[in-house]
Amino acid sequence: MMTRRVFLKNGSLALVSLGFAPTFIARTAEAAQARRKVLVAVFQRGAVDGLNMIVPFGERAYYDNRPSIAIRRPGQQDSAIDLDGFFGLHPRMTSLEPLFKRGELAIVHACGSHDETRSHFDAQDYMESGTPGVKSTRDGWLNRYLHAKEHQNASPFRAVALAPQLPRTLQGTAPALAIGQLAQFGIRAGRSTENMASSFEEQYAQAADSLLQPTANEAFGAVRMLKEANPGTYTPANGADYPRSGFGEAMKQVAQLIKNDLGLEVAFTELGQWDHHANEGAAVGQIANRLDDFARGLAAFQRDLGDQMADVVVVTMSEFGRTVKENGTRGTDHGHGNAMLVMGGPVRGGKVYGRWPGLEREQLWQGRDLAITTDFRDVFAEVVSDHLGAKDLARIFPGYAYKERLGLLRS
Amino acid sequence: MKQILRPIRPAVAALTVAGVLALAGGALGARQRTAVPATTDVRTVTHVLNRLGFGPRPGDVERVQAMGLSAYIESQLQPERIGNDALEARLDRDFVTLDMTSREIFEKYIQPATMLRREQQKQQAQNAPAPRRGSEPMMSGEPPAPAAPPPSPEMRMAQAQQRNVGAELMQAKMLRAVLSERQLEEVLVDFWFNHFNVFVGKGQVRQYLTEYERQAIRPHVLGRFRDMLGAVAHSPAMLFYLDNFQSATPNPPVVLNENLERRMSDPRLTPEQRRQLAERLEMQQRQLKQRPQRGLNENYARELMELHTLGVNGGYTQKDVIELARILTGWTIDRPQAGGGFVFRPQMHDMGNKVLLGVSFAPAGEMEGERALDLLATQPSTARHLAYKLAQRFVADEPPAALVARAAETFRTTKGNLGEVVRVIVTSPEFFAPEAYRAKVKSPLEFVASAVRATGATVVNAQPMVGALQALGMPLYGCQPPTGYSMTADAWVNTGALLNRMNFAVQLMAGGRGEPAGPRARGEGPGAGAGRGPGLGPGRAGAARGRGQARGPWQVDIAALAPDTSEASRERLVQTLLAGVASDGTRQTLARAGSPSDLIALTLGSPEFQRR
Repeated sequence: MMTRRVFLKNGSLALVSLGFAPTFIARTAEAAQARRKVLVAVFQRGAVDGLNMIVPFGERAYYDNRPSIAIRRPGQQDSAIDLDGFFGLHPRMTSLEPLFKRGELAIVHACGSHDETRSHFDAQDYMESGTPGVKSTRDGWLNRYLHAKEHQNASPFRAVALAPQLPRTLQGTAPALAIGQLAQFGIRAGRSTENMASSFEEQYAQAADSLLQPTANEAFGAVRMLKEANPGTYTPANGADYPRSGFGEAMKQVAQLIKNDLGLEVAFTELGQWDHHANEGAAVGQIANRLDDFARGLAAFQRDLGDQMADVVVVTMSEFGRTVKENGTRGTDHGHGNAMLVMGGPVRGGKVYGRWPGLEREQLWQGRDLAITTDFRDVFAEVVSDHLGAKDLARIFPGYAYKERLGLLRS
Repeated sequence: MKQILRPIRPAVAALTVAGVLALAGGALGARQRTAVPATTDVRTVTHVLNRLGFGPRPGDVERVQAMGLSAYIESQLQPERIGNDALEARLDRDFVTLDMTSREIFEKYIQPATMLRREQQKQQAQNAPAPRRGSEPMMSGEPPAPAAPPPSPEMRMAQAQQRNVGAELMQAKMLRAVLSERQLEEVLVDFWFNHFNVFVGKGQVRQYLTEYERQAIRPHVLGRFRDMLGAVAHSPAMLFYLDNFQSATPNPPVVLNENLERRMSDPRLTPEQRRQLAERLEMQQRQLKQRPQRGLNENYARELMELHTLGVNGGYTQKDVIELARILTGWTIDRPQAGGGFVFRPQMHDMGNKVLLGVSFAPAGEMEGERALDLLATQPSTARHLAYKLAQRFVADEPPAALVARAAETFRTTKGNLGEVVRVIVTSPEFFAPEAYRAKVKSPLEFVASAVRATGATVVNAQPMVGALQALGMPLYGCQPPTGYSMTADAWVNTGALLNRMNFAVQLMAGGRGEPAGPRARGEGPGAGAGRGPGLGPGRAGAARGRGQARGPWQVDIAALAPDTSEASRERLVQTLLAGVASDGTRQTLARAGSPSDLIALTLGSPEFQRR
């Protein structure tokens, strides 16, 4: 076992044994801290049809406008799952019904960004930077959160995106990791992997390079921490059955990171293919399949974590909603208001939050879309402050005044 | 004899010095100093090759030593005089879209996919059951809506071709960085594209990008800034990316009001006519007040000042942004969905008076925009802003203030001659100061290109290099915000990216064994996806190489770089790849390398190689 000098994030040197290095440090550093709260952000890229995801079956206009793709009122075959007598879940989201009934899932409807853009690119950009309308923001809202609440000895796994590249949401100067596959995180050199990895590590540990050295040390520390967690052999708990999809895999890995006490605080996952301009389908079809993947991934995650969900909140988001009226190819076009899900132990669930503006023509935005009555930043802000304890909201959401509290979380 | 020669010698010496200065200084004024050293030690030459280009290939250091640094720098500042046949031949052989106009690209590559998609949608709409009116959707028992049919072979091909346009540009960029003899030009094209960043993923940008880089950026990188600025402002790529093509006047044409008002003053009007006219005028003015300012889009105007010219603290206000946006209304694209070019549409143009940065602009149509660009290009803030960025690229993340000041001064006195500004920077004492040496961390592009160049690797397929950049966090043409990629170390030095650099070094060497390299030619990057290491013993590798087995994306002649793992070989590698600079730690790890290819991989992944 070789001895190394390792730079801690605060600049001091620590003499540690190679085998136990940063894990040991991270754990002792965190020991004094309260149980770690975790936020998971899930981005539905492509503008999910919130009206078919959280169905306003109590609205007549919903059926008038969607002769072929509306979800039926509860009580029939393949119909919406009744949540509160007005809203229902898409039938393929049955796995989330128990969570709603138990009060662990809340929904915010008619929610989103007031910016008028209908461009996926711009709207995602605005939602991820947390600054609608401003294109030059370099960092994401979650990265600014990381800055707002710095940790002296934060683990390299404090902020992780389960994605091949770091999403805009996490981009910025606070460190964040993008990991495609936990099992492959590290040096990959076939049979020479052990030798190459330890050689590289030694090069960087001994380099008189004040920038590269600490970063590399952190990198190798992270690799070691992860290897100890042994992600290749992970078995979900409580019979949780993740869907066999990219999203299912990603949520499973977030659960692993949480359960292995690796210092995760903020996680990001995403799933796409929501842009249903043609043949969206209703109870069966394209959106049904996507919602099945989405709901089962979330439900499996909740089941897998079990009691640990007491410290976890999941927030879902999408850049905008879709038109109320179906188009000429039995799909929907880019809209405005959408629905966000907030799931977790601390959530005051079992309720659909926000003021429902209605779907009559005069109630629509620009005469065609679900209006927005809750800014998406209200949801984000409430979660980071009430769940994660962030205080400096003005820094995380510059130019925004946090309006009304929704009361999404239990105090 | 000697007595006569003695007084002549100093004069001769002075002439010689002046001659050298003249050679090195080119068009420099007497005030500018050139600090290009006469010495040609390996470290200094490597420094120059790492800053003016993407690092040395085997033999480059010797070539520049023979030529002398001044001559090398001077030649790179005149790229049109450098032959580039190998690269040109390669680009001609491998790519078809690089010289196409946007219109051609649209017609051949974008339009087919769009048309096919529309056809398909029409088919589906026709085949499906008729939509029902009324409050309930389909009754139970009716067939559910058919799912979207899988894409037909024609559709798939059309979609693949659409992607090819972007892929060709990205691969060409990698090949240019690796193969071009005009290294400085490639560095500058990368720099100025990044300065005038557009994002390949936004809508129609894809069809405009090839022409944009080729026409609006490349021809001007050593020319006049104002020319580049104008070319960018007229480019469909920028007008689309920053939404200016949709920006229209929020004010109704002044003409109408003037007509009404003029007619009001006609003495021949009857009271009734006058009353009606007055009513119309009043209604118009009411509508004017109520009309939302939705037509105007400020995006491009703002970034034009904040990012492209003055800089974020360059002394403009929100009002200036609006005024510039008004000036640029009407700068749009003719048929933007179909690869059309720039067009000025008067009916979109705000015909009022404007005041930008304190300067009045009387209505003059498109010429207002030209005047505005003139104004912006000649502001002292612009000179400082651009000088800073260039000095940052070439010297240090925080460039010395004196150098920035001199470069800005050169910009001003040469009326924005970018070649002169670069010359001042790369021949400055600051450039050659010890503090500048290895002060910069290579960006992912610089790292990948310099690794491929340093090993003398033959690139068979450039797509995995493109994939590597994605894994390292710098997808080519893929920077979403208009700020472009950062040029400072903190953006690139993070945990995941650093590990991926080491993995790239390993993968690069895996391609040298004559067997399929790790990432397949389908386009997976070395950093992403399943890692497949070497795996075969050294015996088979040597035998396989000569037999024409399946080739990977690159071929490295390992034996030429490091015939064995002896101390002599290791030292030679440190000399050739690291300019002789290696810490004890690095040297020790090299000493333990199990094979020549591991040795080279360790060198390329070392902390020393990450710097330039």
